[in-house]
Amino acid sequence: MMYYKGRTLNFSNSYVVDGYTIAGPKENHGKFKGMFDLALDDDMFGQNTFERAERKMFEHAIDGIVGKCNCVHKEVDAILGGDLLNQIVSMSFAARKTHAGFLGLYNACATFVESLIVGSSMLNSGLGKVICVAGSHFSTAERQYRYPLELGVLRSPVTQWTATGVGASMLSSTCEHNCVKITKATIGRVVDFGIMDVNNMGAAMAPSACDTICQFLRDTDGDINDYDAIYTGDLGKLGMSILVDLMAQEGYDISAKLVDCGASLFWEEQKTYQGGSGAACTALVFNSKILSKFRRGEYKKILFAGTGALMSPTTSFQGDSIPAITHLVEVCN
Amino acid sequence: MQTEHKITKQNYKDYVFNKMPKSSHWKNMFWAFIVGGTICAIGQGFIELYSIWFSDQDASILASSTLVLIAAIMTGFGVYDQIGRFAGAGSTIPITGFSNAVVSPALEFRTEGYIYGVGAKMFLVAGPVIVNGVTISVIVALICMVLGVL
Repeated sequence: MMYYKGRTLNFSNSYVVDGYTIAGPKENHGKFKGMFDLALDDDMFGQNTFERAERKMFEHAIDGIVGKCNCVHKEVDAILGGDLLNQIVSMSFAARKTHAGFLGLYNACATFVESLIVGSSMLNSGLGKVICVAGSHFSTAERQYRYPLELGVLRSPVTQWTATGVGASMLSSTCEHNCVKITKATIGRVVDFGIMDVNNMGAAMAPSACDTICQFLRDTDGDINDYDAIYTGDLGKLGMSILVDLMAQEGYDISAKLVDCGASLFWEEQKTYQGGSGAACTALVFNSKILSKFRRGEYKKILFAGTGALMSPTTSFQGDSIPAITHLVEVCN
Repeated sequence: MQTEHKITKQNYKDYVFNKMPKSSHWKNMFWAFIVGGTICAIGQGFIELYSIWFSDQDASILASSTLVLIAAIMTGFGVYDQIGRFAGAGSTIPITGFSNAVVSPALEFRTEGYIYGVGAKMFLVAGPVIVNGVTISVIVALICMVLGVL
């Protein structure tokens, strides 16, 4: 029974079988220490370039999730996902090693939630098993979007730190034993409130997060109190407090329930200022902390929103503002 | 919610500006002064040292070169960016900052080879400084020349 209302989709048979995470050394020294399936001591991962390291992380995450779900590669119908690099090379190159169908997705840091939405839709159209994967690498993203690593520059207090890691989820159309279920999804629209500062991505993304969450609540006649938590992708501390203000203006008090994946990754003394950012944030937190909280019964129903800033260095240098997007899924036990 | 403070798309930038944490100018200036001053003092030390053996002009060129070399090595060992993170302009403005600006992209892009990587990207950060520096010195020289003629 599928119906469509506004921008919100309903899914009847999208189950998250399991999740697999690989995190970099800094992430594993953060607040989620020990919660990742594999933590790297060295973010080169035995490769000679950071790009190859990121690629290997994707390959490893895909193999990891297949193994963790006791599947073989042949059973997987499709792999969906992306990363932050130009032409989403890390994901695409990693997909060479598999025989499943591949859809490369890009919505910046909202890619993981985008892949969950596309994956769930594909399961509803008859596929059996789909892998959703997303990730980022600090050193590859930094050189593409900002400065060389060794350049000594003063960082603005509104900056975030691109997280190194890859997270993969196995979605299945059948559930063997009490699986976590993706029941609804709201497709985000591109919102641009005119923020020009590429360091301040939280402020650029907060209005889009507000737009999507409000749209979801309107479409479903939902009550914010029904949810155990509302997760956002990588708004950072400043972005979170802006989102709380914006939501209050719309008549929703989310301050007690809001958790930002990026802002919760690192400790204060790790000097990431506003917290983590990057496609890895949502993928790491969903596949480690959120799934385990569902398993322990601490969560019954949550909203999980991925936020993405859709600029490139070229558009920023040409003086354009930063468009942002937020996709949202409702996850239930 | 008070309606007079309603956040709209029009006043969003002002709202964000008021809400965002500001960098502490006094703290930044303090560290820039300390680190920048220390680098210059070390440079002066080298000038004094070299003027034992060389003329004053040669001594200052050698001192600058020594600072550039030290900064390049420190960049290679990943120390200079640690200093730059709190020193800001203090480590960017002296000649050591220039060295860091050339060496860091050269290191970063060596994975793309010596031509398309190191060669092409070496002046990624320092290039604008060189171009503007040369352009402005030409303009200043022209002004001096005109003033000299008058």
